[in-house]
Amino acid sequence: MSDAVPPILEVRGLQKSFGGLRAVDDVTLAVPGGSLTALIGPNGAGKTTLFALVSGFITPDAGTVAFAGRQIAGLPAHLVCRAGMTRTFQIVQPFAGQTVLENIAVGAHLHRVRQADAQAHARAVAARVGLADQLDKRADSLPIAGRKRLELARALATDPRLLLLDEVMAGLNPSEIAEIIPIIRSIRDGGVTILLIEHVMQAVVNLAEHVWVLSYGRLIAEGSPAAITTDAQVIEAYLGHGAAARMQAMQVAQ
Amino acid sequence: MTPSAVRSLLFIVAFLAAMALLPAFIRSEFWLTFLILALYTASLGQAWNVLGGFGGQYSFGHAMFFGVGAYAAAVLQVRFGINPWVTLGAAFVLGGATGAMVGALTFRYGLKGSYFALVTLAFAEVFRVLANTFEFTGAGVGMMIKLAPGAANFQFVAKTGFYFTILSIVAAGLMVAWWLKHSRFGAWLTAVRENEDAARALGVDVFRVKLGAITLSGAMMATGGVFYVQMFQYIDPPLAFGAGISVEALLVAIVGGMGSIFGPLIGAFTLALVNHTTTELIGRAPALSMALYGLLLIVMVTFLPNGLIGGLASLARRLGLRQRSGGDE
Repeated sequence: MSDAVPPILEVRGLQKSFGGLRAVDDVTLAVPGGSLTALIGPNGAGKTTLFALVSGFITPDAGTVAFAGRQIAGLPAHLVCRAGMTRTFQIVQPFAGQTVLENIAVGAHLHRVRQADAQAHARAVAARVGLADQLDKRADSLPIAGRKRLELARALATDPRLLLLDEVMAGLNPSEIAEIIPIIRSIRDGGVTILLIEHVMQAVVNLAEHVWVLSYGRLIAEGSPAAITTDAQVIEAYLGHGAAARMQAMQVAQ
Repeated sequence: MTPSAVRSLLFIVAFLAAMALLPAFIRSEFWLTFLILALYTASLGQAWNVLGGFGGQYSFGHAMFFGVGAYAAAVLQVRFGINPWVTLGAAFVLGGATGAMVGALTFRYGLKGSYFALVTLAFAEVFRVLANTFEFTGAGVGMMIKLAPGAANFQFVAKTGFYFTILSIVAAGLMVAWWLKHSRFGAWLTAVRENEDAARALGVDVFRVKLGAITLSGAMMATGGVFYVQMFQYIDPPLAFGAGISVEALLVAIVGGMGSIFGPLIGAFTLALVNHTTTELIGRAPALSMALYGLLLIVMVTFLPNGLIGGLASLARRLGLRQRSGGDE
């Protein structure tokens, strides 16, 4: 994509193997500052592993990760977060016994020592993601849509420059997805760069300016959502070998 | 401070004021001793609560910190003639140092849950064996503190002296727990208890937070050891490092309510009353109290996992006494 905006995140030749499996294989990508982009791919493609590598949860075997111009590969997760990159989890990880307010305040405390300041910030963040009237509820009493929002709110409360959102829409029904899409867009409009992992194509097409496609650990395509959805390699990765040719034949026949 | 922090602080101050007035109304030596021992057990429970209740790291060997404190007091007095009040400070530092050492070794390698519990149990045993071995610590015979009555020597002629000393220790413990409820460190510690990965993703240095908690917890526990030595003027390896103290500390915190400010106090007074009642009914039978503790623990964990405080809170909610959750007493 265009080089007009300097990348906030630059991944080069990133590799990680688990035993004989190359979960992430020589991945290179650059996320422009202020953008809203997506990483897609079939199940098991290595998307979450890539997030874990970038955010410091696991250490890469090879390759570099530069965040805002600083090398961060191998840096532990809490320091990556302090540097300004926060991830969410695909399987929500609430502080179950805590209230919604307490959950978000943990994120807010990163840059705020006093409880009153952290809670004030947490309330403001909760309002942004539509959790303002749930503040006193226990996190484990929230339905899945609420938990996804909580995951988002907690990460947002750390004042990140880059948010890595791992399937924040998985498990939501269409109307809940329609509700969360503008929230994500507004976060980006507030100045936070966002990289999504997403299976919900409605969201990807709606939100992302640029999409990377991962399959068997390798990047197989990238481009605008419109270009990606007609890319032969991408269709094959999702639907199997020969699918692209069959689809083309069907279209020609019509 | 948030309004909830102020409310909670006022409640603590009111409670302590009431407790400070209590001896004026108690004429019986027996009940004063009862209160002293209950408060002393509460102080042990509060120490355990810092690491186990707020931090979710269940130690089965808190006696090691207790014993370090007790032996620090005994050895420094008997071998070096140091004033016991000074040993209180030394024990606090040594207990903290022991906590930091054990924490560095266990948390560095990510020991959690039952593995952490077993390693702390083993550490306490190591300390017991060491204390049993060296002449320095009186070996198996233990150590006696020379009788030297006087407040300057932390040996009170009147029981009220011990009462106000232990009340002060309990007060300090309550302030620590209050601070954990209303500080960044406390928020991080609780986050670590609930979900380490999520905490890490939010910028929490999990290792350092746990290390801080076990250091604080160890230091607090050690002051309990000093108090014990001054009150009973004798210590030996099984008393100091045996499982009995470890169990007492975790039991009162679990029965009262882990991770709450007043849980250990409520647990300690409940246990003291249970002990007293069974002694009245059946007579002295030390083994029986341990069996009873076990039974109590099973009942609590099964029916009231959040302790008596948790049970009371949900009862209050059910009766509509408290609409909002946000109470943290």
